[in-house]
Amino acid sequence: MLKDQTAIVGIGETEFSKSIDSTELNLACKAIKIALDDAGINPDQVDALGSFTYEETPEFEIARNLGFGNLTYWSQAPYGGGASCAAIGQVAMAIASGIANVGVVWRSRKRGDPSSRMWSHTNEHIFDHWKWSRPSGLVRPVDESSMLMRRYMYQYNYDRKDLASVSIALRKYANCNERALMHHKSLTLEDYMNARMISDPLCLFDNCLESDGAIAIVITRLKMAEGLNNTPAIIHSYSQGMSKEHQLMTHYHSDDPLESSSYVTASNLWSLSDYSPKDVDVAQIYDAFSPMIPFSLEAYDFCPKGESLKLINEGLIDVDGDLPVNTSGGSLSEVYLHGMNLVTEGVKQIRGLANAQIRNAKLALVTTCDATPNAAILLKGE
Amino acid sequence: MIKSIPIPGIEDFDKPYWENCSKQKLSIQHCADCKAPRFPPRHMCPKCQSLNHEWNIVSGDAILWSFVVPRPPLLPVFENQSPYVVGLVELIEYKNIRIIGEIKSKSDIDSIKIGDTLSVRFKKINNEISLPYWVRE
Ligand SMILES: [Zn+2]
Repeated sequence: MLKDQTAIVGIGETEFSKSIDSTELNLACKAIKIALDDAGINPDQVDALGSFTYEETPEFEIARNLGFGNLTYWSQAPYGGGASCAAIGQVAMAIASGIANVGVVWRSRKRGDPSSRMWSHTNEHIFDHWKWSRPSGLVRPVDESSMLMRRYMYQYNYDRKDLASVSIALRKYANCNERALMHHKSLTLEDYMNARMISDPLCLFDNCLESDGAIAIVITRLKMAEGLNNTPAIIHSYSQGMSKEHQLMTHYHSDDPLESSSYVTASNLWSLSDYSPKDVDVAQIYDAFSPMIPFSLEAYDFCPKGESLKLINEGLIDVDGDLPVNTSGGSLSEVYLHGMNLVTEGVKQIRGLANAQIRNAKLALVTTCDATPNAAILLKGE
Repeated sequence: MIKSIPIPGIEDFDKPYWENCSKQKLSIQHCADCKAPRFPPRHMCPKCQSLNHEWNIVSGDAILWSFVVPRPPLLPVFENQSPYVVGLVELIEYKNIRIIGEIKSKSDIDSIKIGDTLSVRFKKINNEISLPYWVRE
């Protein structure tokens, strides 16, 4: 069993910026060293690695720069925004099963430059599933997300003003977080309603930031964690999820396209856990686009289908709400690093050291991208 | 960035779809054994795992399930067309078969709404590919 066997014991973040004059490998090394120092673990103790298939810094380069010892496990999780918790869960399983003892999971990314946008590299001939959408002009992830949001608005009678509450709530958290890229920028309903449309009904503020930086975490067996520097963030439960007839980013062909792979992850995650949604103190929900927050809150069963935007408007995800969400500002307002900042913020909440600290936070949910095959972890304090 | 629209690459399992589109006909892949329809086209029947498939011509009549209006920054070819409407349409004959296509309207695009009834048209891209799009009735 994986339950409560492992913990996140170290976290490391580089500076976050629109443009860092450094390579992804350099940033990755920095973040991993900070995470190991935070944990109080010597690099030569690391024997397991986890990363993203989208990660461009190879395991052997990481290992020989940092001076790791002999490695006995490594794996990569696919699908970008769906990967962070999967990479973590896989390393946790390797450690729980005894294959390895100390694992590092990292993501380093230079995405601040607009020319690095993946959609801008679309090929002239498309042979994957995107051949069924991109030729008609549905090219960017924001377009693919927007399609589901308009349907959701139609089905549950919401409009842009209702969705604005998501970005505004996250911006307030960023305003409390000095490291957030949007720390000094306020966001009002008026700003939101007047914003440039990117893919109607989604506007500029419904999109994540484009940023440079790296984040790493360190995982050990719980027994080892107890002798280290920090309050361990215990990995209580973990699951991946891919639903029937799922199609990456264009999940339009199942019986109900609004029922994403998150429903599969959520159902298995809760069944593996000792807790239910009402026990969660704080949630870090993957937010490349703002609709993913209401969609995920419903998938993870925090409220009935169609009700999340109403509850968010009533303050559900605010710092004094029943379920504070993305308390560092998230991908919309802190930094976009494929959701790894959501993991470190979950750990900070469990340690009691977050900027917008939720009092007595003992249980934190961290999720990944609602529109891809995905994963989630439930982190527990002692 | 590419100058043209991205063009669907033709594969064995979807060749009849594109051939039919070039003849201004929309067709849906079915299992040749258990007859179950499926979209997008694929190699194997997810119901009975047969590799045999056949194609049935459909009217193309559809209901607008949802749509978006992409705005810049876009690929240059789409940036020149913006604002345009891309929809996900549900076929009248097959509930749950949904296809992406551009939505065109004689009247203002602001009047397009979910639930509109649509009929299919085809836009020739080259000798092998014509893309289906839908117009409001
Ligand atoms: Zn069959």
